[in-house]
Amino acid sequence: MQEECLLTMRGIEKRFPGVLALNGVDFSLRKGEIHALMGENGAGKSTLIKVLTGVYQMDGGEIRLSGENIVIRSPEDAQNKGISTVYQEITLCPNLTVSENMFIGRKSGFVIRHKDREKRADEILKRLGIPARSTQLLGNCSLAVQQMVAIARAVDMQCKVLILDEPTSSLDDNEVQMLFKLMRDLRGQGVGIIFVTHFLEQVYEVSDRITVLRNGELVGEYLTEELPQVQLVSKMIGKELEELSNLGDSEDNRIMAQEVFYEAKGLSSTEAMPFDFSIRKGEVNGFTGLLGSGRSESVRAIFGADKVNGGTVTVKGKPVKITRPVEAMKHGIGYLAEDRKRDGIIADLSVRENIILALQVMNGIFKPISRSESEAFADEYIKALNIKTASRETPVGSLSGGNQQKVILARWLLTHPDYLILDEPTRGIDVGTKLEIQKLVLKLAEEGVSVTFISSEVEEMLRTCSRLIVMRDRHIVGELTGKDLNQTQVMKTIAGGEG
Amino acid sequence: MRKCKALFLVAVLVICCMATACGKEDKKDGLIKIGVVNNPPSESGYREANVKDMETVFSKENGYELKTFYSKVNDEQLQAAKGFITDGVDYLLISAAETTGWDDVFKKAKEAGVKVYIFDRKIAVDESLYEAAVVSDMAKEGETAVNWLLSQNLDEYKVIHIQGAMGSDAQVGRTGALDAQFASGKMKKVVQQTAAWDEAEAKKIVETVINSGEDFNVIYAENDGMAKGAVAALDEAGITHGVNGKVVVIGFDCNKWALRELLAGKWNYDGQCSPFQAKIISDLIKSGKAPTQKLIINEEKGFDAKTITENDINTYGLGD
Amino acid sequence: MKNAIKKLFRGGLGQLTIPLVAIALLAIFNLIRDPGFFSIGIAHNSNGNAVLSGNIISIINGASELAILAIGMTLVTAACGGQDISVGAAAAIAGSVFVKVLKSASSINGGTVLLAFLLSCIVAMLFGAFNGTLVAVFKIQPMIATLILYTCGRSIAYWINGGATPTISNSILSAIGGFIPGIPLPTPVIIVVVMAILFKLLFHFTSLELFTQSVGINGGAARLNGINPTFIKLLSFVLLGACVSVAGCIGVSRLGLINHETLLLDIEMDAILAVAIGGNSLGGGRFKIIGSILGAYIIQTLTITLYAMKVSSTDVKAYKAIVIVLLVVIGSPVVKQRFTKFMTRLAENRKKVSAKGAEE
Repeated sequence: MQEECLLTMRGIEKRFPGVLALNGVDFSLRKGEIHALMGENGAGKSTLIKVLTGVYQMDGGEIRLSGENIVIRSPEDAQNKGISTVYQEITLCPNLTVSENMFIGRKSGFVIRHKDREKRADEILKRLGIPARSTQLLGNCSLAVQQMVAIARAVDMQCKVLILDEPTSSLDDNEVQMLFKLMRDLRGQGVGIIFVTHFLEQVYEVSDRITVLRNGELVGEYLTEELPQVQLVSKMIGKELEELSNLGDSEDNRIMAQEVFYEAKGLSSTEAMPFDFSIRKGEVNGFTGLLGSGRSESVRAIFGADKVNGGTVTVKGKPVKITRPVEAMKHGIGYLAEDRKRDGIIADLSVRENIILALQVMNGIFKPISRSESEAFADEYIKALNIKTASRETPVGSLSGGNQQKVILARWLLTHPDYLILDEPTRGIDVGTKLEIQKLVLKLAEEGVSVTFISSEVEEMLRTCSRLIVMRDRHIVGELTGKDLNQTQVMKTIAGGEG
Repeated sequence: MRKCKALFLVAVLVICCMATACGKEDKKDGLIKIGVVNNPPSESGYREANVKDMETVFSKENGYELKTFYSKVNDEQLQAAKGFITDGVDYLLISAAETTGWDDVFKKAKEAGVKVYIFDRKIAVDESLYEAAVVSDMAKEGETAVNWLLSQNLDEYKVIHIQGAMGSDAQVGRTGALDAQFASGKMKKVVQQTAAWDEAEAKKIVETVINSGEDFNVIYAENDGMAKGAVAALDEAGITHGVNGKVVVIGFDCNKWALRELLAGKWNYDGQCSPFQAKIISDLIKSGKAPTQKLIINEEKGFDAKTITENDINTYGLGD
Repeated sequence: MKNAIKKLFRGGLGQLTIPLVAIALLAIFNLIRDPGFFSIGIAHNSNGNAVLSGNIISIINGASELAILAIGMTLVTAACGGQDISVGAAAAIAGSVFVKVLKSASSINGGTVLLAFLLSCIVAMLFGAFNGTLVAVFKIQPMIATLILYTCGRSIAYWINGGATPTISNSILSAIGGFIPGIPLPTPVIIVVVMAILFKLLFHFTSLELFTQSVGINGGAARLNGINPTFIKLLSFVLLGACVSVAGCIGVSRLGLINHETLLLDIEMDAILAVAIGGNSLGGGRFKIIGSILGAYIIQTLTITLYAMKVSSTDVKAYKAIVIVLLVVIGSPVVKQRFTKFMTRLAENRKKVSAKGAEE
């Protein structure tokens, strides 16, 4: 190896109750390089970062920094050893000045000389080319500059390893370029940068090397220029390009005969870029793309979950206005949210109450579902979906993830929707339940219900969807049907570029 | 830097205040300029009458120009008093929220030649700094009431004593005389509780005694409201009270409605706490001479249900 | 038998365990202290009506305003995960409006009393809506939002009547605040029962309970299920406003006078405590109205017990605090968890012992 190895992690292991989050992962960072850490959600990226920054204690393996074996006990310890992290959310104080932020929480004498600090801060800002003054309130700077101040703070603390966790997700293109310039400068000064991101283009633009993780294991380390984008995607998702699986196109003909149930033109929300979308009666389609590509944001816009900014929507050919969830529900649309804990279950309420919730809302506040009726509904769906619960009055929070998901599915099925949006319905649940949910989706489609399905597992989507809408960097970049519905094509489209 | 800014802002604020205070200064000849620092009328029925009394007595028709400031925060009162002094009032009348902290203001007034009268309650400053203090003597109110009670020559005195907010001037004064009787053994303390001027609380206290079955024949409540609460408890239990009743009821403050209860014979005695100090002070000012004594106790009466008249109610009753 | 008791403690009572145990303890304590504490007698009041009297009557009568406020407070707590500290001040406003209307009426009869109550109810609900808007729309912490009305409410009450303690005496009012001729139970107690039934009916004929709990537990998820959290929170404050007005009018009617400075003074803290003692989480979510009402009676029992023991009322608050700290700590999840662990270990040990015994 011609470059000096700055940081080496060997055989890192991290266990959580019931899960092996990191299984013997190796990672090395050289002096003066930008190293992208890639992997789908749950691959172990953030666990690895947290081990490195002392948030978690590793259960096995060793970490060497500049050739010395080290143990990292806490985030503060990591910082003192020269490992600094800049997170996606700014963790500085917006109501303090730039210089105060740069020096806060660092060891110093009792006497603080503001003037000296401001002078020193200005020097660093100037050296790094950051457009900010030391006396400015941090909250008055743009997000990009705030991020850069956080970096400047790390640099001033003599950091050797700089970890940037999703630094670009809330920046616009210009700001991203400013950040990249700073990153390249720091690389020139010999700092090792670990870059975590979902944006493939950015990885290719700025990084020298890529390490890919999958399911808590190391897939491999590659030089960026030697790894084509399609290969990267396939390594992240874990399917070789050659592996093909196809769905018959007789399905397509059946669906094309049906009327269009929902159609949106130029629909946009505070979170989603304008897009066109439509679905026919009994059709199962899906949004695919890497995490952060905008697939969840798009379906949230359809349901009115975020503030809708523009676009026209028709349901069954009639123009309608859907700006709030309740309006979507009135038009027969149901939405199973991506984050089950945050947006799905009402943890302290019973299984029964969780199941009838959406139907009750549609009935309105003045037509309560009687106790006996609701018990009958709950029993029916507990049986139909094979929900494993001690009783229908058990708080839903105490159920396992898969069963919680079934409860939410039951909630929407009870409203007899015409169109059901399922965002990651199978995430984090056991294989058996996953298959049950897939079967259920296909059964619903046969009964004439339209379903939009989102999953991180492409294979699962190929098995259920007759049409795939591919998103990258918040835009729809392709639509795959019929013969194109295979892993290779999906990955090519996700990766885009020269492929 | 920030400190500078803050200082600057404070300076601006002070200048603004002074400017507005000065701006109002337009000399009207012949009128005596009076500055009154008082507690806000919303404090009680007593204070409302007190404020009204001041405004009527120190009116333009009577040859006065009146400036008033109401607050129950001592610091604000201090600031206002200083403001009045800079304004150049002739007389400063003060009813302080707290008895301490006033030396500075009084000295400043003396230097500026402003004569100070204390009214309603005492202030802890040197006598030489003010003309006179026209105040109520709460202890005397209590004594008058207890003496009246003793003059009733009951066979025995079993007293429910309902106190005001502990530590307040009125409570301390009105409790003293009764405590002396309890100590001497002449009267028996059935219960002594504070209801903190709260009518409903007073009712609860009496209710508890009734429920316990303990015997009593006097209710000594330190204001009218609490006496009313106590009487409500008696009424619910069917215990007679007032003239010819089993229980003697004593209240304080002389609200009009309370005096009417007296007139109807439902209560026995109501002690006055006179809010009418303005006339006394006005007379002193108009006399042109310095008062002969520093402490002037405002004459306060007690009313007996047997002797009270409609006229008394109209003259001495507070509120409506 | 054993199973029945076990079941009672596990599932049946649930959150009501603590308040019921507290009531039982207070009752036992009082019976030991004074066996006659709970005796109920019949007295003839000054109007010549036969009425019930005794400590129990004093307790349930005196706790009426608190119980009614606790009902509304429970709803606000459940929906917003915070409390309204302005109920005492708002009650003073409601009471003042009530008095103002009656004072300006030429004669006081059933109609004018009803009108006065309705107007005071509307005013209190408007102030509730004001608080609710701050909380639901502007997302201000409930305690901070209601601090405004807490601070200025009693001054507003003063302005309404312009005088300090206006009095009104009328037989209808004394019937509301005291006894209706022919009925030996204090009217405020009957009003509490009526309010409890009204809320029970409200929950029966609407799905407000489910929606309120959903919003309180997980507002984001509730929104995605089509519930409007803003509306639910606002509604909870408006309903509390209605409760405030009822409590205020009872308070005024009891004595036929309003002292805006002391009417239901400090009751907000007792109301919040009642909610907590009733086993409801102050962080919002699941609630039981009956728990809060029990909580109100517990607080009142405590006060009356201490009065009966001739504890000086300046000290009463300190003693109350000790008992309440105990109740709240016992009801806390940490203690509950430890207790459950302890019980299971006990059961295991017993099993082991009995198994050994069988072997031998």
